[in-house]
Parts: sequence; C-alpha cells; structure tokens
Amino acid sequence: MIERLKELGDEALQEIKEANTVKALEDVRVKYLGKKGPITEVLRGMGKLSAEERPKVGQKANDVREHIQEKLDEKSAELEKKALEEKLQAESVDVTLPGKEIKRGARHPLTAVVEEIEDIFIGLGFQVTEGPEVETDYYNFEALNLPQEHPARDMQDSFYVTTDMLLRTQTSPVQARTMEKHEGKGPVKIVCPGKVYRRDDDDATHSHQFLQIEGLYVDHNIRMSDLKGILEAFVQKYFGVDRSIRLRPSFFPFTEPSVEVDVSCGICKGEGCRICKHTGWIEVLGAGMVHPHVLEMSGFDPEEYSGFAFGMGVERFAMLKYGIDDIRHFYTNDIRFLDQFKRA
Amino acid sequence: MLVSYQWLKDYVDIKDLSVEETAERLTRGGVEVDMLHPRSEGINNVVVGYVESCERHPDADKLNVCQVNTGEQTAPIVCGAPNVKAGQKVAVAKPGAVLPGGMKIEKTELRGQTSEGMICSLQELGIEQKLVAKEFMDGIYVFSDEAAIGSDAVAELSLRDTVLELDLTPNRPDCLSILGVAYEMAALLDRGVQHPSVTHGQAGESVKDYIAVQVETPNDNPYYGAKVIRNISVGPSPQWMQNRLTAAGIRPINNVVDITNYVLMEYGQPLHAFDLDKFGSSDIVVRRANADEQMKTLDEEVRTLTNEHLVITNGEEPVALAGVMGGSFSEVQDDTTTVLLEAAYFQPTRVRKASKDIGIRSESSIRFEKGIDSGRIEEAAERAAKLLEQYAGGDVLEGTVEVDHRPTENPMITTSSAQLNKLLGMDLKEDDILSIFRRLRLEARVDKNHIIVDVPTRRPDLEMEVDLAEEVARLYGYDNIPTTLPAGTTTPGSLSPAQQKRRKIRRYLEGSGLHEAITYTLTSSNRSNRFQLQDVPGTVDVSMPMSEDRSKMRTSLLPHLLDTVQYNRNRQLNDVAVFELGSIFIGEKESLSKQPHEKQVLAGAIAGMWDVQLWQGEKKKTDFFIVKGILEGLFEEIGLADHIQFHRSNHTELHPGRSADVYLDGQTIGFIGQTHPMVEKEWGIKETYVFQLDVDALLAFTANALFYETIPRYPSITRDIALVVGEEVAAGDVQQVIINAGGDLLHRVSLFDVYQGENLSDGQKSLAFSLVYLDPERTLTDEEVSKAHDNVLTQLQEQVNASLRQ
Repeated sequence: MIERLKELGDEALQEIKEANTVKALEDVRVKYLGKKGPITEVLRGMGKLSAEERPKVGQKANDVREHIQEKLDEKSAELEKKALEEKLQAESVDVTLPGKEIKRGARHPLTAVVEEIEDIFIGLGFQVTEGPEVETDYYNFEALNLPQEHPARDMQDSFYVTTDMLLRTQTSPVQARTMEKHEGKGPVKIVCPGKVYRRDDDDATHSHQFLQIEGLYVDHNIRMSDLKGILEAFVQKYFGVDRSIRLRPSFFPFTEPSVEVDVSCGICKGEGCRICKHTGWIEVLGAGMVHPHVLEMSGFDPEEYSGFAFGMGVERFAMLKYGIDDIRHFYTNDIRFLDQFKRA
Repeated sequence: MLVSYQWLKDYVDIKDLSVEETAERLTRGGVEVDMLHPRSEGINNVVVGYVESCERHPDADKLNVCQVNTGEQTAPIVCGAPNVKAGQKVAVAKPGAVLPGGMKIEKTELRGQTSEGMICSLQELGIEQKLVAKEFMDGIYVFSDEAAIGSDAVAELSLRDTVLELDLTPNRPDCLSILGVAYEMAALLDRGVQHPSVTHGQAGESVKDYIAVQVETPNDNPYYGAKVIRNISVGPSPQWMQNRLTAAGIRPINNVVDITNYVLMEYGQPLHAFDLDKFGSSDIVVRRANADEQMKTLDEEVRTLTNEHLVITNGEEPVALAGVMGGSFSEVQDDTTTVLLEAAYFQPTRVRKASKDIGIRSESSIRFEKGIDSGRIEEAAERAAKLLEQYAGGDVLEGTVEVDHRPTENPMITTSSAQLNKLLGMDLKEDDILSIFRRLRLEARVDKNHIIVDVPTRRPDLEMEVDLAEEVARLYGYDNIPTTLPAGTTTPGSLSPAQQKRRKIRRYLEGSGLHEAITYTLTSSNRSNRFQLQDVPGTVDVSMPMSEDRSKMRTSLLPHLLDTVQYNRNRQLNDVAVFELGSIFIGEKESLSKQPHEKQVLAGAIAGMWDVQLWQGEKKKTDFFIVKGILEGLFEEIGLADHIQFHRSNHTELHPGRSADVYLDGQTIGFIGQTHPMVEKEWGIKETYVFQLDVDALLAFTANALFYETIPRYPSITRDIALVVGEEVAAGDVQQVIINAGGDLLHRVSLFDVYQGENLSDGQKSLAFSLVYLDPERTLTDEEVSKAHDNVLTQLQEQVNASLRQ
C-alpha cells in the first residue's frame, strides 16, 4: 500500500509538472486530492490493514497528500505569475509616444522681468508703487526739476493730450507723487514699474511705448555709497554674483550727482565682445542722488533728508537676459515668440 | 560735438595718450565719447600732384588726358572731372593706392589711353559730400599753391587724425568747444591749458566812429559787442583751417565765414560777420521783433516773426535773427571789404524759442540755447579779429562797441568737506577736495570749516553744493566711492493686496493655457470705440499723433487682442489663446478737464483648437464653455465664485446666442462670448471667443476669509432626476429653483446631462441633475430626504413647468 501511495505521488507530481494551464492544474488537483481520488481510495482500504501498519500507511498518505498540495500551490503561483506576465505584456505601450499635453500659457517676458526685479527689491525692503499713465506736466516734468523751457525736455519728445497733460515719458512722476503722500517723513523705499511713452518711430531698438522701473530711497543720511551698495546687490541678484558694477558720471535733471550704471559683461567676463561693444561693460541703468529741488518740491527738507533714485528699461533687461534682438517682438505677440517663455 | 584729436592737442598736452585712452578718460569723467572716427583709415599712396598739361581724350568727350607730375615722375592720368585744368595741384592716387572702402588703384587703359593712377575728389578720400566746399563738390579737389608736389596728400588734408564724437549731456555746454574739452582733459589729467593767440594790430581809426549799438531789451541780450575790420579780401581760408572745419563737420565757405566758424568751434562762442557796406546804417539796434514782422534769412527763406523773437536790426529792419541765423542782404560775399563782427550773449530761452518756432537748429543756436561762457566773449572776438587780419588781410579798427549788462560778480557756493563726505559716503580730507577744485580751475577759499567756491562763467551748470559733490566724485573717481548699505530704519517690502491679486490672476490664466500678451495702448479712431465694457463718454486723444493708428488711448483691450489673433492667423498660427491685463482710459464728453479715469481691465481672445492630441485622434475646438470654465475657475481662484452670475448678453459685437454678461452681485463687470460673425469677417478671423472684465471691480471685492469646513462624518444620500422642460428654459434657472427648494439638507446639485431629440416632443429638452442630501450632524433618514426632494419636484413643476422624464 505504501508502494501504491508512492506511485500515486510520483504520478501526480508528473502531471502537475505537465499542467500548463490553471484548468489543467485544477483537473490534477481534483484527480488526486478529490473525494473520489486514488489517495482517498487507498485510505478507504486501510481497514484491512493491521493495527501496526495502519498508522504508517496513514502517515504516508498524509505526506503524499501534503506533498502534492505543496507542488500544486507552487505550480499554481507559477502559472498565475506567467498569466500576469502575459497580460502585462499585452498591455504594454510605446513609452516614446508623446504624453498628453497639458495646455499651459506663458508669462510675457516683460512681465517675467518686471516681477523678478520687483521681487529682488521687495527682498531689500521696498514697496511696489504705481501711478497714472496719463500724467500732468507738473508731475512728469516740473516736480522733477524740469521747468518749462528746460533744455533737457529736448531729450524726450512727448505725446501731449492737452496743454498740461501727457502720456508720461518716465515712471519718475510716481516718485514725486509718493513723496508727497509721505508728507515729509521718511523712509520712502519704492520701486515703480509701468508703461511710458515717447515720440519715437518704432524700429529694432526704439519703441514709442515701453516699460520702465523707477526706484527711490529717501531717508536720513542716505549716501552715494548706499546707492552703490543697493545697486550692486540688485545687479548681483539679477545677473549673478560674479558680476560687478561701475558708475560713470551722467546727467539727469532730478538727480545730482547723476550716474550711468554699467554691469560687467557676462558673455565675455569683461574681455570685450560683440554684446558689450568690446568694452567689457553693458549700460543697464541710470541713477543718482535725488536733487534737493526735487526733495523740496515734494515736501522733504533737503537739510534733513537725502536719497537716491534709479531707473531702468525693462525691455533692455529682457533683451539682455534672453538675447532678444528686436524690441518690436515684445509688442507683436507672435505666438511663436510668446510660446518660448513658458519657463520664464 | 565732433572733436579733432589733433586740434585738441593744440590746447592741452596729451601727447602721451592715444586717441583711445583720451576717449576712455573723457567717458569715465562724464563726457561720453560715443564713437571714434578715424579720418584716413586705409588710405595710402595718395600724393599732391601737379597737372602739367590737360588735353581732351581723343576718343571720349568727357575725359581728359593729363600729364601729372608727382615728384618722382610725370605720368599720364585719364580724368573725367569737369574742373580739371593744367596748373592745378591735385590729389593723385598712384598705382597701388588704396582708397576708403578698400578700392585699389592700378595702372590701366581707358579707351586706348594709359592712365597711371587717379585724380581724386574729396569724396573719394572719404569726406562726406555735405562737407565739401561748393566749388569742389562736383569734381576733383584743388590744393592751394603752397602744397608741395609729391607730398603726402593725406597729411596735406590733415586726414591723419581721429574725430571723437561726444554725446554731451545738457549740463555740459562748456564742452561744446575744443577749448572746453581741453579744460576738461586738463582737469582730469591735472595739466595746463594753452589758449590760442589773440594779439593783432590796430588800424588808426576807432570802431566808435563807424557804428553805435543800442540794446532795447537787455534781459534778452546781456552783452553785445561789435568790432569792425576793414580792407578784407574774401577768398578761400587756409588749407589747415578748412581741414579742421571739415573734421568738425562744418563745410568751408570763404575765409571770413570760416574764421567765425573756426572760433565758434574753438571757443564755443557764436560770432556773426555782416557786410557793413550792405548793413544799411551805422546803428545796430537789438530789439524784439514786431508781431508778423518778416525777414529773409541767409537761406533765402522769408520768415514771419513774433514779439517772442529777438532780432538784430539796422534801426529799421532785421539783419539777423539773434543767435539763430543771419539775414540775407547783409551777408558776407566775395566783394565784401568791411566786416562788422558781432560777438554777443543772447538769453538761452529767447534763442530756444526762435529756433523752435522757425525750425532751425544751427551751430550757433545750439550753443546759445545751452548757455555760452559769458566771460570769454571778448577773447573770442579778438581771436576772430586776429585771424581776419592774418588770413583775410583785414585791418582791425581800434576797440569794440559794447553794451554790457552782465552780472559783475560770479556766483558763490559754500560747502564743506564734512557735507561733501556725508553726501558721498566718503572720507576725503579738505586738501583732497581743494586739489580737485584747483584741477577744475574753480577758485576756492577756506573759511573756518567752510569751502567757498567762486563759480566761473565757464561752468553755468554749477549752482549748488550737490553740483560740487558731483565734480568731486567724478574727478576722484566713482570707483573709489565705497559700497555701503543704508544704515537707517529697516522696512518690510511687499506687494499691495491688489498687486498680489493681479499676479494671481496672471498665474491662473497662464496655468489655464493662455499666453500673456502686451499690446500698444495707443490705437486708431476706428479701434478706439470697439468692445467697450461700459458707456465711454469720450476718448483720450493725442494732440499731435505720429500717425492715425496711434492717435487715441484705448478704451478696451480687445481690438488689439483681435489684431493679435489676426496677425498670427496670417502666419498660419490658427490656435491662439491670449490674455492681457492693462489699463483703459476713459475720457470726457468734451475735452479733458482732469486726468482721465484709468481702469484696469482683463481681456482674452481664444481661437482655433483648444486641445489637440494628434496621434490619439483627439481634437477639441474652442467653444463658449471652455472659455466660461476658465473664467469660473478664475472667480474661484480669487474667492468670488459664489457672487458671480452669467446672463445672456445683448452686446452687439458678440454672437447673440453665444454671449453672456458677467455679474458680480448684480453689477455688470464684463462679458464673455463668441465675437459676432460680422466682426470676425471685419477682422479677417475665424470663430473667436473673447472676454473682458473690470479688474478694478474684481479687486475691490473682498472675498470672505478662507475657513475650513468640517469633512462630513455622516453618509449623504444621492437622488438623480431627469427633468423635461421647455427648450427656452435656462439650466441655470432650473438649478436655482432646485437650490432654493432643497433647503438646508440639499448639500450639492450638479447637472450631468442635457438632451434634446428622440423620445422628447419638439420644443422640449431634458436636463438631468444629481442632488446630494446631507446633514453634517447626523445620519439622514429616507423620509427626511423624500420630504425635501418632493418639495424640489413640486417647486420645479410650479416654477419652470418641469416634469420628471418617464
């Protein structure tokens, strides 16, 4: 009987081995371990055995049964795994096909530059202030130390809408307006971004409409060296810590002393290249110490307060940053242009 | 301002500096050198030749065959210039010569005649046409007799020179002269300045016997000086002077005019020479012009004047428009023998007015407008007299007739080293500062702790202490100013709530797939009244527009956004989705009486496909609901979702069936819709959806603070209903009925199907809603829900005649 059980065990293992489908395996299980299976059959005939033999055969029958069950489980796991693999194989995709595009718009490069500059100055403790685009002659010129007939008015031919109102030619009037609101008490720390307008024919480097950012810092004991410090901090944040600035004397009616600020060329590292016109320096902004007349007209006592102001062209910063060669691109809104600034 | 490097060297010792170094010094010092123009770049092998003979070319009417002696040899040269003659000294480009632009001269044959070189015009030597004296404009240049045969023509024309083009700021009129630039260089280098010679002889007679001067309005003309020079013979000025004028951008005319121009460039003092014999009287009267008074200027134009203009008259009629241009009849000509030389100071504003009204900007008017050196007028006049004596054979009469109302004392500025250091953030010693003033030739004296500076007439721009601070800083060097950070109060920086919200709006729209556009504010008349948000009483118009396209301020952002759609469509870019956030300008019915209202507006234009996934065969055309969804998301983003309603719009520029007005708590704040097909046709675009919203109204609304709502712990019960209503019934109205009738238990309603067609009668449609009932405090019973739901159904039946679909 033990022999028979052994044989049955071997037969079963062989059939398990040969079963290649879940169904075939189930058939094997029913065949050998089912109620009408041969092992049950063998056990039924155990009554005829001696009391000595009976436990031995019982033991063997259980062993065989367990062994078959074990192998069945193994094989079943194997088959399931195989079936899953086949299923997954069938489900596979070409991962190189393009993904579903998420529709995304792009920030206008000028907005990107304005916001970046705003954020740098916010970090330095400045407020962002705005003012009207149609401005009075007083705020656009007179409050900035450019009386009627001042020769510097030549530098900026303007779009007038009445005899004493015009499209502002600079964002500087916001300076005067903000200082007035402070009623002679500092500190005033503002940056003023906005659109400005001048009578220029549009070409690659001129635009009758453009964006400026003006900055103003008025407090007790503000020195020219502070202007240098703030602008250097700004330039290094915007252009990179390896860049330096240099000041050149210049003239603006609302500041004295006045300077042009150059930043070292990032392309050639100061060696001289096409971008910096072989000078190693790129002019990026105008600045100076607020003229005492301007302080006075806006209600600040120049004996008590001093300050500095600076102004920059947003298009110029954007052109330098992104290597754009024609200012008109900013206002043409060609989708192929705008589309490039998704990560700006 | 054009400065010849060779000319500059006459007055300041800069031999040890190259042109480039000179330019760099000036630029770093505040006088920006915009460009360097080498005058003879690339020219070689051009010499002075003598035309020994000149004969008509046997086979060409317009050519001559000249035998030209160039020192070493005499060789034939074929020349086509009409003014070539035997006996002339000319510029000869010998075989092997290179001319500007790289043109090479070779020995050649012209119609059978050998030509060993070329006789050159000044233009061929790189001089601009407008600077060539009239007699040589259409032909070759002819040297004066003094030129040595065989000598270098480039040297003879002083072309071995570089011109520095200055870009002067308005505060530095002192650098509108070579001598002024020399002063600047001298200050930068701490060197001396050499003035030119002004000594000349005196004829026996006194100028007072010839003329008298009267100035009616001394404020307009604080100084008028007149000299008389007799026995002048008018002819060409010396070669060197012509060369220098050419370098300075002035065309040589004749010796008298050239000398006044030369001194103008040298001293910055405009001078005028009249022919005294044609002057018409011996009385010079300076006065305001009469209203509508006429005069013919040098350029033969008749000018009509006003009493804002200052004129020089002969007692009767104007002979010159003061400081701007001389009159025609008293002009110096070839037969002039007696010259009346005017050296004056005219008030800048007076000259500016005339120059602007008449539309002439001359070398004179530019300088008067910016302010000349009132202390060097006499010296300049003597210098011109000397040159007229030397180069025009004149006899200078004794003295000058003057009317002088100039201030007798120079202005003073008081400062101190402490003040200057405080402003600059430096630590300079008093001696350092005094040394800088000395270099600038500013007389300064120390009085206790103060430094008192006597401002010379040369520098009218120095008015206040801060002006001196700039002088100190620029001479000391901005690089030497330390870098510090302000020591005062620290302040937190921030954006205002409105600025933050505008950024949020931009970010949201970018994230929703729209590109930000920035268009021009100025627009045309027929764009300026389109797609308005509200009634606009008037537009803001530019007084003198540059073109009709840019004549009015926009009252809507949409016209230019539609232009953007059109621009891209014309380039086969049909899928466009753009928005803009900017100001519109609301004028008044009549002309503006105050600053216009500037309103912040948000607009968008979307055309073409919204979503394309080509290889998966998916395409979604832009439609009303995509754009509406974007706006709904925006309102949610800024906390307004519960306050917004959409109602059908009757905006005439929008598709009547696909447009809505947007309301914020009952107030119209904008619109959304497809542009009317007629508008699309007008713009040449296809189906386009637009929106425009009043951002000021959006920002003015304060949304409720964001508070968390407890997540329900009890189950909700959902009832779906399919309703049949008339097709004219708006889904939004039906939904509103459900919300009102559902009471507190109705937690959420959403529309999930709209159907029209089979199984429904004509004129009917089916709307399917899902209603979610919930009580956050406990588990709802079926009876409670049924009660509420029945009420909903009843109300639907009563209010919108809705029945449950069977």
